Amino acid sequence: MKRTDENWLLKVSNLTKIYGEPDENTIANTGPEVNSNICPNTGSIVACANINFELYPGEVLGIVGESGSGKSTVVKLLYFDMEKSYGEALFSAHQAGEINILDESNQMKRKIRNHLMGMVYQNPRDGLNFRFSSGGNIAEKLIMGGNFNVASIRNRATDLLEKTEVPVLRLDDRPSSFSGGMQQRVQISKAIANNPPLLFLDEVTTGLDVSVQARVLDLIRELQQDLGIAMIVVSHDLSVIRMLTDRTLVMKNGRIVERGLTDQILQDPQHAYAQLLVSSLL
Amino acid sequence: MVENKKYVNKYNFAFIDEATKKEIRRKLLKAIAIPGYQVPYSSPEMPIARGWGTGGLHVTLAIIGADDIFKIIDQGSDASVNACNLRNFVRDMTGVKTTFDTAEATIIQTRHRITEEELQANQIFVYQVPQPEPLRGVERYENKTRQMHGEADYAKMWVSLYEQFITHGDIMLGAGYPVKVNDRYIMAPSPIPRWDVPNLNHSKAIHLFGAGREKRLYAVPPHTKVEALEFEDVKFHIENFNGTKCVKTGYHKAFLDELYFDDGSKHFLINDSNFLDKLSENLQPVQHSNPYLNQIKDEKN
Repeated sequence: MKRTDENWLLKVSNLTKIYGEPDENTIANTGPEVNSNICPNTGSIVACANINFELYPGEVLGIVGESGSGKSTVVKLLYFDMEKSYGEALFSAHQAGEINILDESNQMKRKIRNHLMGMVYQNPRDGLNFRFSSGGNIAEKLIMGGNFNVASIRNRATDLLEKTEVPVLRLDDRPSSFSGGMQQRVQISKAIANNPPLLFLDEVTTGLDVSVQARVLDLIRELQQDLGIAMIVVSHDLSVIRMLTDRTLVMKNGRIVERGLTDQILQDPQHAYAQLLVSSLL
Repeated sequence: MVENKKYVNKYNFAFIDEATKKEIRRKLLKAIAIPGYQVPYSSPEMPIARGWGTGGLHVTLAIIGADDIFKIIDQGSDASVNACNLRNFVRDMTGVKTTFDTAEATIIQTRHRITEEELQANQIFVYQVPQPEPLRGVERYENKTRQMHGEADYAKMWVSLYEQFITHGDIMLGAGYPVKVNDRYIMAPSPIPRWDVPNLNHSKAIHLFGAGREKRLYAVPPHTKVEALEFEDVKFHIENFNGTKCVKTGYHKAFLDELYFDDGSKHFLINDSNFLDKLSENLQPVQHSNPYLNQIKDEKN
């Protein structure tokens, strides 16, 4: 699909999250220029500020940066895990993109989250309930999406596990007995259970060994190609970003310092921090 | 000399002081206005420990009047220790008439059963509830469960039913099967057997629930929809007493207790003592009518 100014899937403007009580100069006093996200006057912490970007249907957007740069905060704000301080996010799949989803009621947010979004966390414990079986975890998402038929829940869960290459025999086992890579696959199954148009991936391969990493990345790429899901991929790992994403945002101290096509950023970084990041690539 | 009016009686009518009774009644009105919603209340001190039926007692004592006729059962029986002691207490504190006859009573307090005989519009049914929170099994934090109720976020409850079905082949909740009240709140019907759950649906009587230890009141107003949670393909069902019948009356369409006689033989007996007595005397009490009960075929005795 051709990208125009109009057909975005997600449009984020001025997204800001500040802990503590900021004054009017807080945002000016923090950021990559002063290399800090703690306001010297008020002590408030700017996790991210003035984040603007658009995401188009089927596109994969990378967010890269060092730890503490606010990349996970952006995703968690958009997935309603945290409350924003300021800012707006329009989502074309909800109310034709005319309503700021960050201002919706909790009930509506949960509905958006269950029907239109998926999230894969770095730690499977954040995304899965280890007291339920893997099938139960997928069922949770399907039930929240309004499916109250056990047979159809099980069929769908079986399909998803097949797609993510988890042995279907282990449908009724708890994810606590799974390997890290398998837990991550179950988490991905759960995230895509309701065919959401938007998927967030927060450091999905961190902590997995290299061969498992490669298979999880392959899986994500396949899903993206088969289902055409738009994704926001958060990682500090440039090779993950290079493999998965079309466009990339580079973040530092809670701000976007550089944005552009992934290849372009990797070949010809402009901002000093982006240059440092690329040159540290092994 | 000034006449001592205030302390002429050792206790206020119905033991609890008027201000606290008023508070409980106000909370009950709120509970009735929002069917299935748990209303926090004061749970004042009683001469029995919390968790021994204080919630039910608070409700009864707050609503009872001098003209009421009071009945109390414990697991269907008028004669068990808990029922006898609470009956004596209520009678001593109020002087109201007490009865065993379900049809005659205006207030019926219960522990873990609904009477087999159908309830009428002039009756109030009061439950002693040990655990008012149906979501406690899936979420241990109160602030979380309150938010889940507020947002009607019941997916975890449903997943736990799904999990029970896949691990055990059935939903393994014998007593206290969760119900959805008025298409909104999920409610714990107190540990009544599945047998009794359908009798809450569109009941003519008022059902009031008091949990003294947990300090919560809730209610099902008359003619309110109460549905047991079930999947489209895994249905709620009541206890199955197929092939058994009451050893005393030969009746089989009632909740039965399993008994062993001295010779080791196994028999069944109707659990509801007043219903059993009426059947034994051929009084033909009118039973609740619900689709599950109606399915049971009339066998010849």
